[in-house]
Amino acid sequence: MELILSLAIGVLVGSGMWLVLRPRSFQVITGLCLLSYGVNLFIFSMGGLRVGAAPILTRGAEVDPAAYADPIPQALVLTAIVISFATTALFLVVLLAARGFSGTDHVDGKERKR
Amino acid sequence: MNPVEALAGATTPHHLILAPILVPLIAAAAMLFYEDRQRGAKLAISLVAAVTVLIASVVLMLDAKGEGPSGGTEVGLYLLGDWPTPFGINLVLDRLSALMLFLSALLSVPALVYASAMWQGRGQHFHSLFMFLMMGVNGAVLTGDLFNLFVFFEIMLAASYGLALHGSGPERVRAGMHYIAINLLASLFFLIGVAMIYGVAGTLNMAELARQLPALDEAQTPLVHAALAILAVVFLVKAGMWPMCFWLPSTYQAAAAPASAMFAILTKVGVYVLLRLTFLAFAPGEGVSITFAAQVLVAGGIATMLFGSAGILGAQNMSRMAGHAVLISSGTMLTVIGLGLQGGGSAMLSGALFYMVGSTLALSALFLLVELAERGRGAIASMLALSADLYGAPDEEMETPPPVPGLLVPAGMTLLALCYALLVLVLAGLPPLPGFLGKVMMLSGLLEDATTGRPQVWVFMAVLIGSGFATLVALMRVGVQTFWTSVDEQPPAVMVTEIAPVIVLIAVIVGMTWQARPIMRYLEATATALHRPSVYVNGVLEADRTVDRRQEAGE
Repeated sequence: MELILSLAIGVLVGSGMWLVLRPRSFQVITGLCLLSYGVNLFIFSMGGLRVGAAPILTRGAEVDPAAYADPIPQALVLTAIVISFATTALFLVVLLAARGFSGTDHVDGKERKR
Repeated sequence: MNPVEALAGATTPHHLILAPILVPLIAAAAMLFYEDRQRGAKLAISLVAAVTVLIASVVLMLDAKGEGPSGGTEVGLYLLGDWPTPFGINLVLDRLSALMLFLSALLSVPALVYASAMWQGRGQHFHSLFMFLMMGVNGAVLTGDLFNLFVFFEIMLAASYGLALHGSGPERVRAGMHYIAINLLASLFFLIGVAMIYGVAGTLNMAELARQLPALDEAQTPLVHAALAILAVVFLVKAGMWPMCFWLPSTYQAAAAPASAMFAILTKVGVYVLLRLTFLAFAPGEGVSITFAAQVLVAGGIATMLFGSAGILGAQNMSRMAGHAVLISSGTMLTVIGLGLQGGGSAMLSGALFYMVGSTLALSALFLLVELAERGRGAIASMLALSADLYGAPDEEMETPPPVPGLLVPAGMTLLALCYALLVLVLAGLPPLPGFLGKVMMLSGLLEDATTGRPQVWVFMAVLIGSGFATLVALMRVGVQTFWTSVDEQPPAVMVTEIAPVIVLIAVIVGMTWQARPIMRYLEATATALHRPSVYVNGVLEADRTVDRRQEAGE
């Protein structure tokens, strides 16, 4: 499972980074989305990977923490997803506005002469 | 013990610490219910909120000012939801954060008054965005938790995206797009750094992290330091360190004047977090990483100052110059943090803090003033200001009879020119204003320190003086072209609500000079507390948990 997760993070971040460095605004925003997925998976992995363990402790009873998954990364990931979702939506609006103003989807607003 | 006694015995939580976050939040949310045409009501609400925050920040600063290295009760601590310290999110008030709160509140009121003249009508939700920006800044300086810092940073940035685009137009949208893209990437780095720190140290609380760092085993230390380095990249992007600062002048130039006046604090939030985190993480231990971090900060800061100086000399209009002046100011602070990590004393650091306050106020006033001064001139006139110089402008003025000097100079222009000259004095570091005092205290602190004699200290001194000189030359050049123009040109129409905020900011700056001694005492204590992270760490970790714990103990 560790191998699969690391590969997934690596592929997401690698392709995201490549897309961010492209000159088209749509590629940039797709790249930012992929990057944020990769980063979210990375946060998730930082709590330690467990299979079939609940993240929340039962109240009152004597519990063995080793039997549970760490709940904090999950809370962090939730917050991070919400925030990156909101900022990506904002960015999308700006991209559309830039497209409307300049008539091109080049990130500098100028189409290069071929 | 009955609950009433327990309540009476417990220390009451200091609820005022929440005010700088809650008041803007409530004001911003309330204003969303108003139609956009009801600008008067919105302005009233946001002014009331900003003044409330200003008053609260003054009270908090007086609280933080008590005896001891970081104020009366060491540090003011607010436990959100009354969770015990390392587990819950907490707000921490010490001298440094109180200073930042006061600074941001001080900038917000003039910017709002300025916006009331024209800018608030140029787009939707100006006041809500402005209040969210304030909330983000205040939260970022108050929080004691890394992930919470991320959340407040995002609030601050999301609001700043909206403000940078306020008024729309192709230039603004293009500059804003670059700004947003860079900051979104930086935010992802922030998350990676925070996650790594949690993975290794198992905590996100800054104080707990600082306590754990010396105790980590050798295999884990490099990981934490790598995570801190990734975090530092984020804050260096915000502070505009050299290779990562190319977005800054264009964005600040394109943004509406009241927005960029408030943005003057944004780079300083990056500086603040670096001050806090580097001194917490590195002060206890010596090692390879601290030397590395300090050297990166010193080199990067000096490079930023050089880049800013070159930029300010090469800029073709005032607003772009102001953007580069921001770079010089934050580059100075970054270098000072680096020198402080290498053993620079608190005298240098407190001088730098004084310089930071003065230059931030001056930059904010300059952004407001630049818009007024450039208003009368067409965009082409300001673009050509430099080229007209170089290539010799056609002498059309010679045709008209020379006017009598003095009498015909329009009053508004004279006032603008006077304010501009004072701001140039602050930014270039000429006596008697705070720019000069701050720089002199920095330099004399450096000369007295143990760090004296290292080549980088001399380089820093030379660059500091050189950058002041570059600022003076550049701003005077463009000032002469703007203010000593022929009287035939229509002077810019300036409203009282627009020039008054500039004058108030300048009055505050002059007041800083007049009251330099008490301010310096406050800042010296701030710098001393920064050098002793145990003050912060113990203040956070050993503080009382107000009510509940005592009740639980009593039952």
